[in-house]
Amino acid sequence: MADYKWPAMSTRKAIGQRVSRIDGVEKSSGRAKYTSDYKRPNMLFAAPVTCPHAHARITKIDASAAEKMPGFKGMHLLDKEGSTVSWAMWDIGYVAAETELQARDAARAVKVEYEVLPHVVHDHDLTKAGDRVKPSGEKIEGDVDEAFKQADAVSEGLYEIPTLTHCCLEPHGSVIQFNGEKAELNPSTQAVTAIQGDCARQLEIPAANVHVHQDHIGGGFGSKFQIDRWGLASAQLSKMNGGRPVKVYLERNVELTIAGVRPSAYAKIKLAGKKDGSITAWESASWASGGLTGGGSPPIPYVFTKIPNLRQTHQAVSLNTAPIRAWRAPNHPQASFLTCSAIEDLADKLGLDPLQVYLKNAGLTARPETYVRQLNKAAELAEWKKHYHKRGDSGSGHIKRGLGIGVCTWGGAGHASTARINIHADGSAEVEIGSQDLGTGTRTIIAQVAAETFGLPVSAIKVKIGDTNYPSSGTSGGSTTVGGVSSSTRKGAVDALGKLFEEVAESLGAPADQLEAVDGKIQVKGNPAKSMTWKAACQKLGVKTITVTGTNDPRQAPREGLNTGGVGGVQIADVSVDVETGIVRMNRLIAVQDIGLVVNPKLAESQVYGACIMSICGALMEERIMDAVTGRVLNPDMEFYKIAGIKDIGDIVCHLEIDPENDGRGIIGLGEPPAVGGIAAIANAVTNAIGKRVSSVPLTPDRVLNTLEGRA
Amino acid sequence: MQAFEYASPKTLKEAFALLGAQWGEADVLAGGTDLLSLMKDFVHTPKRVVSLREIKTLSGIAKAGSGLRIGALTTVDALMSNAAIRSTYPSLHQAAMGITSPQIRNTGTVGGDLCQRPRCWYFRQGYGLLAMKDGKSLVANGDNRFHAIFGSGNAHFVSPSSFGPALIALGAKIKLESATGAREIDAFTFFRAPKSDSERENDLRPNEILTEILLPTTSAKNATYEVRQKDALDWPLAAASVALTMSGNTVSKAVVVLGHVGPTPLVAESAGAWLAGKAISADTAAQAAAEAVKAAKPLSGNAYKVTLAKTAVKRALLRAAGMEV
Repeated sequence: MADYKWPAMSTRKAIGQRVSRIDGVEKSSGRAKYTSDYKRPNMLFAAPVTCPHAHARITKIDASAAEKMPGFKGMHLLDKEGSTVSWAMWDIGYVAAETELQARDAARAVKVEYEVLPHVVHDHDLTKAGDRVKPSGEKIEGDVDEAFKQADAVSEGLYEIPTLTHCCLEPHGSVIQFNGEKAELNPSTQAVTAIQGDCARQLEIPAANVHVHQDHIGGGFGSKFQIDRWGLASAQLSKMNGGRPVKVYLERNVELTIAGVRPSAYAKIKLAGKKDGSITAWESASWASGGLTGGGSPPIPYVFTKIPNLRQTHQAVSLNTAPIRAWRAPNHPQASFLTCSAIEDLADKLGLDPLQVYLKNAGLTARPETYVRQLNKAAELAEWKKHYHKRGDSGSGHIKRGLGIGVCTWGGAGHASTARINIHADGSAEVEIGSQDLGTGTRTIIAQVAAETFGLPVSAIKVKIGDTNYPSSGTSGGSTTVGGVSSSTRKGAVDALGKLFEEVAESLGAPADQLEAVDGKIQVKGNPAKSMTWKAACQKLGVKTITVTGTNDPRQAPREGLNTGGVGGVQIADVSVDVETGIVRMNRLIAVQDIGLVVNPKLAESQVYGACIMSICGALMEERIMDAVTGRVLNPDMEFYKIAGIKDIGDIVCHLEIDPENDGRGIIGLGEPPAVGGIAAIANAVTNAIGKRVSSVPLTPDRVLNTLEGRA
Repeated sequence: MQAFEYASPKTLKEAFALLGAQWGEADVLAGGTDLLSLMKDFVHTPKRVVSLREIKTLSGIAKAGSGLRIGALTTVDALMSNAAIRSTYPSLHQAAMGITSPQIRNTGTVGGDLCQRPRCWYFRQGYGLLAMKDGKSLVANGDNRFHAIFGSGNAHFVSPSSFGPALIALGAKIKLESATGAREIDAFTFFRAPKSDSERENDLRPNEILTEILLPTTSAKNATYEVRQKDALDWPLAAASVALTMSGNTVSKAVVVLGHVGPTPLVAESAGAWLAGKAISADTAAQAAAEAVKAAKPLSGNAYKVTLAKTAVKRALLRAAGMEV
């Protein structure tokens, strides 16, 4: 069997280099075509008919006025008279028209009558949620009561983290052409391969009859895996119109209301500890909502999972709000916030520096050495010794500075992926994978791996992704893409190169297994004098093309060692709070991240920067705000659904643990882990600064001032 | 967005002829930073949109007597870059700086800032300016974190204008013109708290165009302080503009105007009166600030805005006195 293992760190020429993303110019110049940019000949538009009520029964649907509107080309209903609608902005059907404006006007002209039913849209106060609250069982380990009795200090706190939306810059949508037998789908998706099957299933046609193509996606964060109701409805509208392409894209208010949210999490947490800082017991009563079906418990206690005495209950709250979708590290940011808030509150009760408490309890984690190393590194970068002070001991001025810590863990092993490698007689080399680039730099990573294997510059590799004509590859979720596509590319490229060696072995007078590809040449191992250029070698193919596939099979991957999973990370926030305005400003966010082999440090750091910015938004600004009376989202816009601007971010200090030991573990995904600990770190830093715990994030001026002024 | 007729007159006279007698017939388009979103959200569904862009006389800042005339179509950026504004009317310059989007500063106009509609999320979702549903106030019974702490009747929205408070503090006049003539009114009387959904939040009539702002000359020390959560584009949570006429080191006359805390900018008369005869210090600024918010009546979720308004007044006073913290 060929040797697929990664070349030694010291010999790498393409892998490990800070290569700028190969589609960077295309994207930053606006030449890159996102599906939302598509204008196909003869294309129709579809727009949703939405329900203004959070809970209602449809009693009558009358499209007669809409049918007379200019450009009207049909309506496809997803619900019928008598159906129940369970959240506001529910899309009961879609109307097609010749232009986008006509479609939206016609959709508004569809008259729908409702019997309005009672709704519940808030999960914060359980006493107001009535029968929408469903308790789950109790989990008990050890002797909790005794541990609390023996404790030197006990902290008690209420910690609340609300529902967020995905808020993708490119909303959800697609262009689809469907004639009843075959479908041509241009989605905005994180799952080019998988959406083919989803589309086929929903349209009841063979998967072989569905062709999917996507060049770029403008954000997904876990919310773009399926064809969705809008894709399905527009397919039917296409069929109704003889297979004309139909484009559908959600407007911002619909996007922020129904196209994906992260579940809330609330918990009352009691922690017991000893004078030396060791945590001895955990008791929590948590609740959460993910929409109509309630919400599961975040994985708490988080990271510090081996607390010996434990009692936990959880309740799920069913709301008349749109359902959750996976959100960059599902449930981990919530769990980190709940757990790390409680730990720092315990440290305060014990009169200890929280850093020492985390260090002291590293043994309660699955990776004690990792967390100790990371805590110390993050503290060094944050100048903890210089800037740390006791909670609230922040001077007399109105600007209070504080530090706080948050931790993370994640998997990130590569998903199933097959890469097709073509080496042509003219020397050109292609990699084809039915994958997608979420903006993380997947294309660039693939090119680097192939270039490394072939001894060619990165620019010599043509990367083709985003199409079901290419071999199947996994969905981009769970930070699994980089491990998957790198491993499949590596294996395919090694095998393709082996075939090329066979073609030229005779000319070089050495057996194929004695050849190597270095610096644009094929040469006898260790003997540059016996070589030929890559191009000359490829010319030997004559009319042939070498086409080879390589596959990453997650079941085999641990043995092969190309990729793996399992990381830890520590973040420290340094904030300043103006106690006369309640405004929190970021000074620094330090991110120390455990990682395996890093294909491209520049792209990896970009991932960490993006993740930190997302955490800053979640800690300080972002929340979906519901109205109790109307049952609607009050801020489905980018004016009051606040996202940080570049001036709001402060310095992000990223430290990736690139070293031979981590490198030897193979590739590990990085999309999610750095998006976990920031909220906890910032909330703790604000508490450290102002001397009081603000129970709820985001830490907006109202919450900070309410806490300071005793209204919370 | 509902389809509409678009008109681009070259003169004011032509423009007046294109306006309607009732609201809803025609809307005036200046920079478009607000009108287009109102139309996209179906809050405004004008049959005709009358663009002012081709009426060149409406732009620019020029001397007028001893003061300045600011054309309504002057962009926020042009106002911000104007040397006379910066030196004599820093409160306006600072208010412009608070609009932290270069795109909006380049497109948005001074007249548009004064005429933009409230950002109240109930209003923007189509529940009307007073946001009443089944006889009850959606604001009072709902999420009012960004609403008024100085409400007027059922008007709980806040005036979104960045320049209104400063113009009032500076004693500016606003010129409203129609086919039948022009009227110049105090900036203070331009803003009104509506008593019903059929009324507007300012004195502009459907057949009128706000054409210019007239700034009197002033020797008053003036400043604006806005409290915004974000440094990037964000609506102020509270703001204050002040103008201090000094006699030596003491204040002989003070005008303190609060923004973003009521349906109109609010003149805090008692705070102004209290300051008369006093020197500005951290202490007097704080006391005047406390005076300014004495009459505040916060709603269920916005008591924090009282603190913010107080902070804005204190910091505006200190800024005007050159004692910024």
